[in-house]
Amino acid sequence: MTRIPHWLAQHIAALRVVLVLTLLTGLAYPLAMVAAAHVPGLDGRSEVTGADGRPAGSSLIGQSFTDAKGNPLKQYFQSRPSNAGTGYDAAASGAGNQGPESVVDALDKPSLLTLVCGRSKAVGDLEGVDGSRPYCTDDGVGAVLGVFHEGGTSGRVTKVVSLDQACPAQPFLATYKGVRVSCAKPGADYSHAVTVPVRGDAPANPVVPADAVTASGSGLDPQISPAYAKLQAPRVAHERGASLADVRGLIAKYTTGRALGVFGEPGVNVVELNIALDRKYPTTATTASSPKQGA
Amino acid sequence: MAAWIQASIILAVVVGLHVPLGDYMARALDGGRHWRGEKTLYRVCGIDPAKEQTWRHYLTALLAFSVMSIAALFALFTLQGKLPWSTGHEGMPWRLALHTAVSFTTNTSWQNYAGESTTGHLAVMAGLGVQAFASAAVGICVALALVRGLVRRSTDDLGNFWVDLLRTIFRILVPMAVVGGLILMAGGVIQSLGGGHTFTTVAGAKQTILDGPVGSWEPIKLFTGDGGGVFNANSAHPFENPSAWTNAFEIVLMLLIPTACVRMFGRMIGSLKQSWTLLTVVGILFGLLLAAGTLAQSAHTGTVTQAVGGPYEGTETRFGIPGSTLFGVGATGSADGAANSSYDSFSSLGGGVLLSAMMLGEIAPGGTGSGLYGLIMVVLVAVFIGGLMVGRTPEYLRKRIGYGEMRWVVVYALIPPTVILACTGVALAFGDGQSSMGNPGAHGLTELIYAYTSNTNSNGSAMAGFNGATDFHNLLMVFAMLAGRYLPMVAVLALAGRLAKQQPGVVTVGTLRAQGVNFVVLATAAAVVLALLNFLPALSLGTIADGLL
Repeated sequence: MTRIPHWLAQHIAALRVVLVLTLLTGLAYPLAMVAAAHVPGLDGRSEVTGADGRPAGSSLIGQSFTDAKGNPLKQYFQSRPSNAGTGYDAAASGAGNQGPESVVDALDKPSLLTLVCGRSKAVGDLEGVDGSRPYCTDDGVGAVLGVFHEGGTSGRVTKVVSLDQACPAQPFLATYKGVRVSCAKPGADYSHAVTVPVRGDAPANPVVPADAVTASGSGLDPQISPAYAKLQAPRVAHERGASLADVRGLIAKYTTGRALGVFGEPGVNVVELNIALDRKYPTTATTASSPKQGA
Repeated sequence: MAAWIQASIILAVVVGLHVPLGDYMARALDGGRHWRGEKTLYRVCGIDPAKEQTWRHYLTALLAFSVMSIAALFALFTLQGKLPWSTGHEGMPWRLALHTAVSFTTNTSWQNYAGESTTGHLAVMAGLGVQAFASAAVGICVALALVRGLVRRSTDDLGNFWVDLLRTIFRILVPMAVVGGLILMAGGVIQSLGGGHTFTTVAGAKQTILDGPVGSWEPIKLFTGDGGGVFNANSAHPFENPSAWTNAFEIVLMLLIPTACVRMFGRMIGSLKQSWTLLTVVGILFGLLLAAGTLAQSAHTGTVTQAVGGPYEGTETRFGIPGSTLFGVGATGSADGAANSSYDSFSSLGGGVLLSAMMLGEIAPGGTGSGLYGLIMVVLVAVFIGGLMVGRTPEYLRKRIGYGEMRWVVVYALIPPTVILACTGVALAFGDGQSSMGNPGAHGLTELIYAYTSNTNSNGSAMAGFNGATDFHNLLMVFAMLAGRYLPMVAVLALAGRLAKQQPGVVTVGTLRAQGVNFVVLATAAAVVLALLNFLPALSLGTIADGLL
């Protein structure tokens, strides 16, 4: 028998090691952990039961509380905006991944700034508070000018466009450096303009909380900030005919503080809170939707 | 305030745990008797555990193992649809399968796919899971060989790759995985092999919630430096990281083994003073990164950041911005690359800190094993420069660091910047570099540089707006990952071979002592200068332009 060369022998050993590792670390280890998951406390069970007694999802996975058209159901606390699928699609987790200078809308994709402005206005309208934010127009898009100069990036201003306000919108500024501001024609090429976001006079600490206008990293965040819950409480209490104090009590019950006082941030679990509301203060709107659930 | 206490506690726990773990690793991995079960394994695999290997044979074994690993993963991914537990997913197209196979074998774990829509349970367990263990162990093997080169004298022997590999997996990684997995499962992480459940939500819509072997995957993803996710959202997904305390635990896991490797080094060379010196360098670098990241994230300079009131976009309520920033710095200072938030939506300079952490060469504290050998390379540069300043032959641990040794150190130091900048340039000039950017302007360029830095340095984290799932990027990234992982290993092993051959020198008053404040400053400066100067022009066009203009 001839000796096989060293390099080949090593490859054969490598193949055997890969196979052994696949059996031991690729199958035996995870399957042992699956067995361990049957121990109470390790089972990762987070199912929640709806007011009608049916399983209604997971306390760890957020949900949308909107109607089929995406309009908020007023009797529920609203979750944060979500980029998972069309919103809280637990089979398509993910973030929007738009950066801090995403301020100019594209035809197929609004900028992060416009999304933030639009959400802030919508939440403000829903809760009856001021939804204005810095760098946002009154109609809820980014307040961003595209400024054309005579010499490219400098020199006399020749033309100014409000980039995120598609025609026939009324530009948020009448004139900029003496030049009339026009609305943006969809599809036109404004890439040679200098982008100038305009701060405006909105308060630096807007009434609508930050988490209400931003999406989470997973798109499945089951929590909102205590500030956002507090903002929504009067509306929910009114819709359900409950007292504000009672609703605030429930918010406190489903608020998780910082772990051990220092880890993470406080949050309110919206899924559990809304189920508790359905149990304690059922509304006609909720009852009406029940037959549909059974179908 | 809570943010700084949170970070202090997490880092204190890492430093506290690294002592016993590092001591155990030195005992378990270097010398000593083979366990009975291990002898059986060696027999089954046809390995002679008593046989010592030269650096060339050690390298051959390592490369053979990597080739077979890539082949096995490639087969598993392309044939997925025909195998059990695929949960309805088809096989991957070949370029994506190749990218993914190389990605997990090189400990990079950049994913050009969304986990929940592409990989079934078998691919996660028997594919990604196996290579998470194995690729981490390969890094530790190379570190062991280099340390032996420093310790041993007048020999060609650097140990046996197969023994080092299997011992690392079964004595260190698997026990840690079981403990870590059980702790995470107690925290709410799921471990089930079902196909998912569809619920009617509270508001009457349908929602499908998926199952997965997350509890067994999550700990290995974190402490092996792997970092890939079962789910697209990675550690932002509530099933991978359910609460604020699991988040803290996950950060500890990411930093633990690379830090313990430094302690193991101290034990193996018989000088704990030396390992504390290295750990101080690591601590300073990590501290600088964390401070810079935290400041950048709270400076509120970006337009959207000011409109919102902070970089909240892409962060989970339960972690908050401090918990996301610390996780990000931990994931890029180590070579893990997991994410609990959208790094793309970090403030411009905050994202730049993560990028810089990777460009540092993954030494703060770096990858499993690769962090240690990267750190030793930096130390050798410092020793060399210091020795020249004093006017003596540079020495480290009584081994001369002359021309022949420095040649390999320089090769090692030049590979990552060369590969990163060349690939970025090629992608911009000839490929779909520009069309893959998810954000306009300088931020888009940052995404591209980030992608190739992450792939070359075996990190795997992403500014995920970038679309790497094109034929061009799949193939160029394969090149970047292979070159960025294995060429430095060749340099390290060749250097180890040279060092092992030497007779130790005699310590005199003229010898530069590789400890104390002077040396720590010298080594830290060497690390920063060596890495970041290469990248300053690229950083200026990308992240700095994005943040300051």
